Amino acid sequence: MNAGALFVAVFLACAVEAVEATTIVLAAGTTRHWRSALLGVGAGLVVLAVVIAALGPALSAVPLRGLRLVVGGLLLVFGLQWLRKAILRASGHKALHDEAQIYLDEVAAARAAATERRGVVQDWYAFTLSFKGVVLEGLEVAFIALTFGSNQHDIPLAALAAVAAVVAVVAAGVAVRAPLARVPENTMKFVVGIMLTAFGTFWGAEGAGARWPGNDAALLVLVPAIAVLGLALTAGLRRQGTPAARRPAPVASEVQA
Amino acid sequence: MRRLRAFGAFWYDFVVGDDWRVAIGVVIALAATYGLSRTSVPAWWLVPCAVVVLLSASLWRAVAASRR
Repeated sequence: MNAGALFVAVFLACAVEAVEATTIVLAAGTTRHWRSALLGVGAGLVVLAVVIAALGPALSAVPLRGLRLVVGGLLLVFGLQWLRKAILRASGHKALHDEAQIYLDEVAAARAAATERRGVVQDWYAFTLSFKGVVLEGLEVAFIALTFGSNQHDIPLAALAAVAAVVAVVAAGVAVRAPLARVPENTMKFVVGIMLTAFGTFWGAEGAGARWPGNDAALLVLVPAIAVLGLALTAGLRRQGTPAARRPAPVASEVQA
Repeated sequence: MRRLRAFGAFWYDFVVGDDWRVAIGVVIALAATYGLSRTSVPAWWLVPCAVVVLLSASLWRAVAASRR
């Protein structure tokens, strides 16, 4: 895998998770208390930093073959779950991930909750909402960045891609002061599902002892092959008929674009 | 106890996700690849085939469940 592919895979995965975390923090900040929400973000980032600091060196110490087997297997499970959800959404069998609706739900829940002060945190609800959003979404980002980076012996580039994605999404969130509903999140999840599944397949099989024809060049076949599989399954499920209330996402055209 | 259960549920959801059969299928496919790699038969094709079967079967189950 070249540096460009590593950067794109990690950037897209991190951007998707960052959009979700930004929606939660925006809901906590605008309806409750910005300082408490930002303290929650800070505390969440500290927890993530501790996890990364513990996991990073541990991953580097594992022999490459064992690392590829375990990480490849995990990425494959992750990738298949992402791809499954993306195909179900794109074919209309699952509701689309709607940041605007999620934001409204979070706002309604935040308005209904009571205010409680704990220590330096003026609004405990805003703090915990932001904290959970950052940790839960960030954990997946940390895992993807660390595993891709360690497998390619380029953790700095993976970290750069992750930071660039988070900075871009947060800057956009601050600029519009609203949930990033116009980000093509469902299409991005489709692409990330394809990448995770392809790299999980490649590393998992290699870690289990298989030798790929063409070595790393096999990825140039695996990625488009899994993309074609995903698009074919989406088209097949669409033809079967979809529940009328759900609108299928235009995945094929957006992916091509 | 409740917190321990919630902690376990979080990690189960984080690693395994919505369809546990996919996770089991991946483990079986990797184990079979390891077994095949010990022979003279090429083993690289097994995981891609497993991806096709696991993804299709998981989607079929999800769609069938949504129609019930």
